[in-house]
Amino acid sequence: MTYIVDGFIGAFKILSSFDQEIYSIIGLSIFVSFTSTLISAIFGIIFGILLGLNDFKGKNIIVRCMYSFMALPPVVVGLFVAIFISRRGPLGSLQLMFTPTAMVVAQTLLITPIISGLVYNATRTYGNQISEVCMSLGGTWWNRMVLVFFELKKSIAVAITTGFGRGISEVGAVMIVGGNIKGHTRVMTTFIAMNNSMGNYEQSIAMGLVLIGIAIVTNSVIHRLTGEEL
Amino acid sequence: MKRKVSVWLMVLMVIGLLVGCTGASGQEAAEVEPSAQVETTESVVEEADAESSEATLVATDSIILSTTTSTENSGLLAYILPDFTEKTGIEVKVVAVGTGKALQMGMDGEADVLLVHAKPSEETFVADGHGVERFDVMYNDFVIIGPDADPADLRATGAEIVPSFKKIFESQAPFVSRGDDSGTHKKEKSLWTAAGLTPEGDSYVSAGKGMGDVIQMADEMQAYTMSDRATYLSMSDKLDLEILVEGDPILFNQYGVIAVNPDKNELINNAGANAFIEWLLSAETQEMISGFGVEEFGQPLFVPNAK
Repeated sequence: MTYIVDGFIGAFKILSSFDQEIYSIIGLSIFVSFTSTLISAIFGIIFGILLGLNDFKGKNIIVRCMYSFMALPPVVVGLFVAIFISRRGPLGSLQLMFTPTAMVVAQTLLITPIISGLVYNATRTYGNQISEVCMSLGGTWWNRMVLVFFELKKSIAVAITTGFGRGISEVGAVMIVGGNIKGHTRVMTTFIAMNNSMGNYEQSIAMGLVLIGIAIVTNSVIHRLTGEEL
Repeated sequence: MKRKVSVWLMVLMVIGLLVGCTGASGQEAAEVEPSAQVETTESVVEEADAESSEATLVATDSIILSTTTSTENSGLLAYILPDFTEKTGIEVKVVAVGTGKALQMGMDGEADVLLVHAKPSEETFVADGHGVERFDVMYNDFVIIGPDADPADLRATGAEIVPSFKKIFESQAPFVSRGDDSGTHKKEKSLWTAAGLTPEGDSYVSAGKGMGDVIQMADEMQAYTMSDRATYLSMSDKLDLEILVEGDPILFNQYGVIAVNPDKNELINNAGANAFIEWLLSAETQEMISGFGVEEFGQPLFVPNAK
C-alpha cells in the first residue's frame, strides 16, 4: 500500500517542480485535441445542421451511420489512419506517420461524428421551429442556417466540449499514429501508459491527476451549459 | 426538538452501522470484503503447506510469471510452457513487460517468479531480499538493424559495436530507442556511454514502447535500432530492415530466473515458482530451448546455459 501513498507524494512533487518535459507533454495534448476539435467543429456543425433541417432520400442511412461512428473505438481509428499514412500506404509519400499532424487527423475522424451527431440531435428537436419562424419572416436559406446556429449555440458548445473531452482522454489512436516519441508526439495518455509499463507510478499518477483535472473542467463546462434552459 | 431529532438520527445510524457490519457475514462478505478472500486463500496456503511437508510437490493451480517482452514476442514461451503445464498441472499466467516493470512487480509481490535479462539489476534485487536466488537460464544476443541503404555505412565497421554507434551519431541517421527502461534500453544506454556520446536531437527517437513496436517504427522511418535477435527474426519477413552489426561479445544478453520472496504476501505461490525454476533449468527443457527457432529461422533464437 505504501507505494500508492508515495506515488501521490511524488506526483505532487513532480507537478510543483514545473518540470519542462511534463508541461510540454500537457501542452501538446491540449494542442492536438484542441486543433482536432476545431476542425471537427467546423465540419460537424455544418453537417449536423444541414442534416437536421433537410429531408431527402437516404437520410436514414446517413443518420444511422453517423450514430454508429459516434461510438468508434479509438484504436480502430488509429489503425485505419495508420494503414493509409504508413510508408507502404497510399498516402505514404506525405510522411505523416509519427507526427502530431497524424494525431490530429486521427482525433478529427474520431470527434467529427460525435459533434455532428449531437448537433443533428439538437437541430432535429428545436431547429425546425426556428427555421419556420425565420421562413415566415421572409428569411433566405442562408438566414435560416445562421439563425439556427445562433439559437442552438448552447447545444453546439456542449457538443464541442464533449468532443474535446473524448479527444484528450483517448490513448488508442494517438499511440498508434503518434508513436509516443519523446519530445515529439508524446501526450498525456501515452505518457501514462508508458510509465505504467515501466513501473513509474509517480509519473503516471502525476499525469493522471492533470488529466482528471482537465476532464473535470470539461465536464463542468458541459454541466453549466446543459444546466440552464436551452 | 431539532436536537432531539438529530440525536435519534445519530443513534439510528450507529445501530444501522453495527447491524450492517455484523450482518455482512457468510457469502456476501466473501464477495465484498477482500480481507475475507485473503483469509480463504490463507487457509488454502496452510493446507498446501501441510500437504507439501508430506508430499514432495504440490501443484497449486497457477503461477504468475513476470517476464520481458522479448520472451513473449519471440514466441518462446508459447513454445515451451505447454510442456510445463502438462508435467505439473500448473498454469502459467504470463505478464510481459519491460525488465524495469517486471522487477517492480517482484518488489510489489505482484508476481511469483521473474524471467528477465538485466543481470546487475537482478543481483541487486536478490541482495535486497526481494528474490530468493538468481539462476542463469539462457542467453541471446542483440543486433543492430537498419535499412539496406545503410546511410551511416555500418557494414564497413564489421562486428565492433562502439564504432558503429559513433558512426550513427556522426551521420545523424535516425535511431529509434526503446526509451522504456527495459533491459534492452539499459544495454543501449551503456553502449552510448561506452562510445562517450550523449544521443539527442531529432534523429534520436525515444519511443517508450516494446521491442516489436520499436522495430515497426524503425521500419516505418527507415531508421536504425538495436533489437534482440529473437524478436527481429520473428518479424523479419515483414520488414525492410537488415542486420548490420552482430557478433560483438558486448552484445550478449543473459537471462535469469528468480523466485519472488514468498514473505512478501500470502498470495505468492512459492511452491509453483520453485517447480517452474526446476523445470526451466532441467536438461530436457534446456534442450527444448536450444531447438526453438531452428525450424523457422534456420538458427536457434536462444542459447541455453543453465549450470
